[in-house]
Amino acid sequence: MEKRAVFRAGSLAYLLILPQLLLVFVFFYWPTGAALYWAFTLEMPWGGGNQWVGLENFSAVLNDAKYWSSVAASCVFAFAATALALAQALVLALFVDRQLRGSKSFRSFYVWPYAVAAPAVSLAFRFIFAPETGLVAFVNQWWPGLWNPSINGAQAMTLVVLCFAWKWIGYNFIFLLAALQSIPRALTEASAMDGAGPLRRMLDIQLPLLTPTFFFLLVINLTESFVGADSFGIVDILTEGGPANATNLLVYKIYSDGFKGLDYSGAAAQSIILMLLVMVLTFIQFRWVERRVHYK
Amino acid sequence: MSSISIRNVRKAYGKREVVHGVDLEFADGAFVVILGPSGCGKSTLLRMIAGLEEITAGEIRIGDKVVNRLEPRERGCAMVFQNYALYPHMSVAGNIGYALRVAGVPKAERERRVAEVARVVGLENYLSRRPGELSGGQRQRVAMGRAIVREPKVFLFDEPLSNLDAKLRVQMRAEIRRLHKRLAATSVFVTHDQVEAMTLADTLVVMNGGRVEQVGAPAEVYHRPRTRFVGAFIGAPAMNFIDGTMAADSFTFDGRRVAVEWPFARAHAGRPVALGVRPEQVELVAADSPGALPATVDFVEELGAGRVVYTDIDGLPFAVTLSEETDLAPGERVGLKLLPQSLHFFDGETGLRLGLAESVETSRAAVAAA
Repeated sequence: MEKRAVFRAGSLAYLLILPQLLLVFVFFYWPTGAALYWAFTLEMPWGGGNQWVGLENFSAVLNDAKYWSSVAASCVFAFAATALALAQALVLALFVDRQLRGSKSFRSFYVWPYAVAAPAVSLAFRFIFAPETGLVAFVNQWWPGLWNPSINGAQAMTLVVLCFAWKWIGYNFIFLLAALQSIPRALTEASAMDGAGPLRRMLDIQLPLLTPTFFFLLVINLTESFVGADSFGIVDILTEGGPANATNLLVYKIYSDGFKGLDYSGAAAQSIILMLLVMVLTFIQFRWVERRVHYK
Repeated sequence: MSSISIRNVRKAYGKREVVHGVDLEFADGAFVVILGPSGCGKSTLLRMIAGLEEITAGEIRIGDKVVNRLEPRERGCAMVFQNYALYPHMSVAGNIGYALRVAGVPKAERERRVAEVARVVGLENYLSRRPGELSGGQRQRVAMGRAIVREPKVFLFDEPLSNLDAKLRVQMRAEIRRLHKRLAATSVFVTHDQVEAMTLADTLVVMNGGRVEQVGAPAEVYHRPRTRFVGAFIGAPAMNFIDGTMAADSFTFDGRRVAVEWPFARAHAGRPVALGVRPEQVELVAADSPGALPATVDFVEELGAGRVVYTDIDGLPFAVTLSEETDLAPGERVGLKLLPQSLHFFDGETGLRLGLAESVETSRAAVAAA
């Protein structure tokens, strides 16, 4: 028989979990509930009453070309940033795992970016990539007008993608390195005995065995780049959604429509749609976790 | 031509040296077993032959080629690993055929050779399975199939049977033996299991603490251990040792005197000597019979086919194996009659066998308890 401490009075237990519940309620359920409510009403910008409008907010959002361009921008951003962050992290992890000289210091070195707050990273990127005064300003001396993210939408997108990827490489790197190091050394040795060189071993043995970790990171990176605080912070500091909405990601559009445009109801409807998107992504993730490849 | 020659090979990790100058010659087609306790450097030596560990000093030749600086793939060795090291994401066919795929062998020929090897190792019905769906013995066969498909010059086995249960181990041992007969490639087999070593080896190498203790045929190593360590390590239950002093015509220990007729006794008189006796080469007699060492029975271990009587000569443990039934009870007094032709003498300081230089025929000894 297992011995358990049992609270006879249920009230004590509730009292103990109350602070946590309160936090979750105040900071999660309340705002979500409010947003849900606002999404179906027309909210007065200066306060003072609202009006039930049913699905009109949603139809307005979904019929707005600007919204769809924002969806497109978000998709481009999410897939490009995820691809870049994963690919780079993979290369770094593979080489650190080979235990070349100095790999120990690189191991901690590569994780640092993740520990820096997104706005701080963005500020640094802003200084480095400023077209007139930044470190890269010299390209404009060779070829005037070559680099200017404040007027060129594609360049602005490149900049935010770079910034996000730079920060997330560290996170992905640690996971991939841990996964690589959990591959038994005997496996790579066996393939060396079978005649495979280092590159061949990476392709045939290490990469296939990394796929579970890789898919996990893919979902995390996609979710984070769609709705994460990092995407918001980076866009807010680097481009403010511009130029001409080229980097107006969904998370940023909600903020600027709601708090700058004072369209609370439209922003609330967008939040609900975005929340559904996250739920779909999470659902995919869980489906994947369920079917996860088990090699043992 | 794939003899292996190891000359003064050393291995150090940083400042710590784990293999201290090993010299070995393995003939083409030999089945060599390297036996030793954990941490004796046997696996390290094997991995240096394979090219998985760098050689700190010395020279390894396979055939007539120095392989010190060659990559594993250039050495023509195949290896079977202790935990099989099968590729978990590939089927049995994929595992066996991987080396061929890397070598760029065309698909048709690859499939033919994989099928042939699968037949040899008895896996023809499992080719599409993943390693995770196989039993331990089947995985072991995949690992061997993967090694033989390349038709290597040299087979290296790193404790390949230690993860199997006892029955399977015996079976796989026989299969390895059969395979070696069929392929006749030079094989080096590392193990800490002396039964495996004795049954498989043409040449047995006993290692301890990064040094080679003895090289020889299994029977020779068993009957004429070159050092006290080898005597103690090979044989179960272990050889009994009595530390004492040699005199011109006797061996004394603990106030007892054992008369010895040993041609080299005089040469070693006055020196500390260890007397080694195998448990199966002792007769149990009545406690008061002449020429026997009196001892007390501690306990008896029943093994079915035989039994081991653990006795005690005034605090000195001494095991005896009997083939006949016995009703000896703990505490009973018995006499131990040592068979004179099977005594081993080792130097009390260096542990080296005494009389090594002299021939076996002349080193007969006779003992009588005083």
